[in-house]
This record gives sequence, C-alpha cells and structure tokens, in this order.
Amino acid sequence: MAHDTTVQTAGHDEHHHESPVVFGFWVYLMTDCIIFGSLFAVFAVLHNQVNGGPSGRDLFEYSGLAQETALLLISSITYGFGMIAAHKNEVSKVIMWLGVTFLLGLGFVGLELNEFAHMIHEGNGPDRSAFLSSFFTLVSTHGLHVTCGLIWLVTLIVQLMGTTEIPERMMNKLTCLSLFWHFLDIVWICVFTYVYLASMI
Amino acid sequence: MSDLHTSPSGESHGSVSSYIIGFVLAVILTAASFGLVMSHSLSPSGTLTGLAVLAFIQVLVHLHYFLHMGNGSEQRWNNMCFFFTVGFVVILLIGTMFIMNNTALHMMSR
Repeated sequence: MAHDTTVQTAGHDEHHHESPVVFGFWVYLMTDCIIFGSLFAVFAVLHNQVNGGPSGRDLFEYSGLAQETALLLISSITYGFGMIAAHKNEVSKVIMWLGVTFLLGLGFVGLELNEFAHMIHEGNGPDRSAFLSSFFTLVSTHGLHVTCGLIWLVTLIVQLMGTTEIPERMMNKLTCLSLFWHFLDIVWICVFTYVYLASMI
Repeated sequence: MSDLHTSPSGESHGSVSSYIIGFVLAVILTAASFGLVMSHSLSPSGTLTGLAVLAFIQVLVHLHYFLHMGNGSEQRWNNMCFFFTVGFVVILLIGTMFIMNNTALHMMSR
C-alpha cells in the first residue's frame, strides 16, 4: 500500500518535469539529425573523389582523433554529473561541473581547429578535392554545434551565478542543453567511426 | 541493473551509477573500435562491419544512459518523433548512396 503511494507521487512528479519546452527542443534535435544525415550521405558519395590529392589514410592520425574523442566522451559524463547536482538543487556544484564541461569542450574545439589549420597549411583545405570539401563541411558543422554549445554553457553559468536554487525554467534550460550536448556526442561517434576510422583501415 | 538503483522518478534523469555504467561501456566500445582498426586483425570488410556494429551499440548506449530514452508512456511522443527521424535518415542515406552509385556506373565516372 505504502509502495503504491510512492509510485503515484513519483509518477506525478515525473509528469511535472516533462515540459513542452523540452519536447520542442527534442523535435529540433531530430531535424538537426536530418542535417547531419544529409551531410553523411554527401560524404559517403564523395569520400573516394580525391582528385589525385591525399585520402583519409594519408591525412588522419590516431593520436589527435583519440584525444578529441576522449575529451568529448569525458565532457558527456561531467555534464551528466552537473544534471544530477541540478536535480539535487546544488547550484555551486552545477556551476563547477558545467565549467569542467566547458573546458573539455573548449579543448575539443581547440584540437579540431588545430587539425584544420594544419591541413589547410599543407594545402589540403576544403578546396583541394571533393573528398576534402565534404570532410570539412561535415566535421566543421559538428564543430560549430559544439561551439554553440560552449556559448550556451557560458550563458547558463553566468545565469546560475549568484542564485541559490534552480527554478523549473532554469531546469528546462539545463535539460535542453543536456540533450544537445549528448546528441553531439552521438554525432561524434558516427564521425570518428565512419569518417576517420573507416578511412584508416 | 541500473533500474534497481533508480527510483521511478529518477528514470527520466539518471543517477550517478547509470552515468558511470554508460561511460564505462562507451569507453570500452570506443577503445574496441580503435583497437580493431589499429591491430589490422581482420580483413578490411570485416573491420568495417565490426566498426559499424560497435558504433551502433555505442549509439544505443548513449541513447539509453545519457539521453535517457525509454519506453515509458510519457516518452511516447519523443520516441515516435525519434523513430520517424531514424527512418527518414536511413532512407536518405541508402537512397542517396544507391542513386549516386547507379549514376556513377552509368556515366562510367568510376
């Protein structure tokens, strides 16, 4: 009997958390998924069209790729810890975890820009071949999303500073960014598997 | 197993243990992908298949442990939206690859 009531209150609580804002954001993410799907399709069609230039095997390195992947993967779990702290209403912990996530994301974008700069410097920019055009479009679209996520993280950290508790509106913002950040990690799984590793076989 | 640790209301936002389980699985699957390519232990097509399987499992791990997708009744609309999109993207990918490959064959550009 006691069990029944807990389930009911918990169920009610859960219903309370489900917001149309979060569902709307989920729909946005699904459209973003279609954008990435089309960019992957373009890459799949063009990845052999190297026009006598370098292929993925000549350009990509394991160490840089492993570092980028590690940073993004760790940033996923740090954001997750931030969300757990947010559900416990511990504002300072949330700010700390969001800060850690920001630094990891910044490291990822830094490594990626470094890699791009290196490739362009060697004459292997997006104008070299159809393969490189599609590569830069796909990977930099992901990088641009991560950069937007970083701006969003800073915005939320600033908004959280000086507050002592997290109202529902703030919780929705944090949940949306959580979905965004984890979604970008899923896109990165496809990028490092299909764009990088598959061309290094 | 993680379901034992999360209360019914915790289901939609996960717990420390579910995040850690997800993270450990993701690290293992990522390391396996890298190892598969770096060791050259399988044939090229075998490696490609292995990579695809590992990536697919890792996407499922992320969806479950980080995005907290489940089959609860209140997630029905999220799930419908998700499966529609997945279907759409699959048609987009397979259709594009089929059509462009077929065009290339007919134009003898490959």
